[in-house]
Amino acid sequence: MDKDKLLRAYSQLKTIREFEERLNVEIATGEIAGFTHLYAGQEAVAVGVCESLDDKDYIVSTHRGHGHCMAKGGDVIDMMKEIYGSTEGLCKGKGGSMHIADFDRGILGANGIVGGGPPLAVGAAIAIKQRGDKNVAVSFSGDGSSNQGTVFEAMNLAVVLEVPSIFVFENNGYGEHTGADYAVGGDLLKRTQGFGMPVFTADGADFFSVYDATQKAIAHANAGQGPSAIYAECPRYFGHYVGDPQKYRSKDELSDIRENQDCLKILRAKVIEDASLTEAELATADEQVMKLIDDAVTAARAAPRPVAADVLEDVYINY
Amino acid sequence: MPIKTYRDALNEALHQEFERDERVFILGEDVSGGQAGSAGVVDAAGGIFGVTKGLVNKFGVDRVIDTPISESAIIGAANGAALAGMRPIAELMFADFIGVSMDQIFNQLAKFRYMFGGKTTCPVVVRLPTGAGMNMAAQHSQTMYQMMTSVPGLKVVMPANAYDAKGLLISAIRDDDPVLFFEHKGLYNDKCEVPDEPYTVPIGEADMPREGDDVTVVAFSRSVKFAIKAIDKLQEEGISCDLVDPRSSSPLDEETILESVEATSRLVVVDESPPRCGLTADIAAMVASKGFSSLKAPIEQVSAPHTPVPFARELERAYVPGPAHIEAAIRKTLA
Repeated sequence: MDKDKLLRAYSQLKTIREFEERLNVEIATGEIAGFTHLYAGQEAVAVGVCESLDDKDYIVSTHRGHGHCMAKGGDVIDMMKEIYGSTEGLCKGKGGSMHIADFDRGILGANGIVGGGPPLAVGAAIAIKQRGDKNVAVSFSGDGSSNQGTVFEAMNLAVVLEVPSIFVFENNGYGEHTGADYAVGGDLLKRTQGFGMPVFTADGADFFSVYDATQKAIAHANAGQGPSAIYAECPRYFGHYVGDPQKYRSKDELSDIRENQDCLKILRAKVIEDASLTEAELATADEQVMKLIDDAVTAARAAPRPVAADVLEDVYINY
Repeated sequence: MPIKTYRDALNEALHQEFERDERVFILGEDVSGGQAGSAGVVDAAGGIFGVTKGLVNKFGVDRVIDTPISESAIIGAANGAALAGMRPIAELMFADFIGVSMDQIFNQLAKFRYMFGGKTTCPVVVRLPTGAGMNMAAQHSQTMYQMMTSVPGLKVVMPANAYDAKGLLISAIRDDDPVLFFEHKGLYNDKCEVPDEPYTVPIGEADMPREGDDVTVVAFSRSVKFAIKAIDKLQEEGISCDLVDPRSSSPLDEETILESVEATSRLVVVDESPPRCGLTADIAAMVASKGFSSLKAPIEQVSAPHTPVPFARELERAYVPGPAHIEAAIRKTLA
């Protein structure tokens, strides 16, 4: 991977991490309304997948979607404005954290319904196939989503229609508060294989591993062979939502995953060891990211607020 | 002008819109005619009601897509394709199957334009054979449109004759908002004059198939046909009625209803749905709020009973509000 691309991937990982760490702090101030689900820990999956995509590829994200949207090119400042509920946010303050979308970037929306997204990605893949384009439509699902019937329906339909969908399963160990070991019957990987499509397994804390798996999935789609899946186990650093006391998790687990399953540390160690990037280059990237996050929060705080009349915009009304 | 059935009028609208816009495609169960059967060919029968007949021969399997029996995936795929720039039509074999795909209809399709701040539209048409009259019992005979009417973001359309079926379907396909398009199963064989060329009937404008002075009757879908029977019979006795067919329950043409009630001072509302939170209650409430001063008698509501749809011929006949029920309600409001 060339140096610019590598540095960009690192910056993307770092941006998502710092965006989420900062939100965890800012939400405590009470300035941000609602219900926020943080992606920290899983960055290698979003970035590993999206670094292989361009604006004409589609993604459908989840309630834990900030990382996917940033990785796919969603503007960090406009996303922050949306999370603060400003009219300058990506969805004019109508969507918030769980519904960020940017159609110019191929982001067909984060989705508040677990399992809501995969059927949408199959539809986008139908559109790609009908237009004869060489693109893919990616759905992100967690271990929780993998138990929804809609996801099974979507995988089956994609196989039947031989469309270029990629089903990414991020197993972060928990569906809401309940362990995947309890809630996922059998083997998630084998279930997916049961639909008759290849599943490329990746280490969800290792950007390069996810990137390689995604390259294989895209090659499969571009060869006209239809859908495939990517399965990655990854850590979830925070609770289900900001404010979740996480009584179901041990302190040891939380410190262990921060220590041993940190995609930033893992990537840094690799690029320093093989001398593809220097400490100085990484430090410069870090500085730029920290400034971007500061700028985003400052801009979001100052951004214009919606007014009551905006409630009635963006939907047909005649009553 | 040529006479066509409601079914053929819909089929013609589909052919013409497929021809006009290559982004239009349809997906659903058996819409091509049935793939991979032992006959080895698709005979293009076009679904169990034959509405999509012949489409696959002309437009191919990429645009006339037979799906597995997976209603959530059918609606979800239509939604995703629309977000990606297509103009999909999803067909559910029966409107009752909304139950299986509810999330994709009311949490996804209905929400996208608003929830994403107007940055996208989601131009999906969902075609839904609706209603009782074929003795298909409780899970294949419901109207369902009254439930969908309460969801902001959806347009809910129910043509009552072949002319409107064609014109409203073409409008629905060209509409940038999602349209749930309810085709009454009991009307598929009904005929009237239908032009050969494509035309649109605007969504949200009521039709007035009968005009009179004494009572306003508002009816939806197949109830319009029954209301016409009742009104024509009463006309022989010198009782004359306005009949308003709103043609869509959302958006609703309140103005036409209120103007008619202002002139007649009496209102009968008819629909095949159950009574609670249904269309008759909704229209009655609207007129009571906005047109109370015009009324000289209590509003009469003619609906199905608050029961599931029964199977046996005698029971289903008793369930569906027919011309006799409507006639009785008109007489009551005049009494």
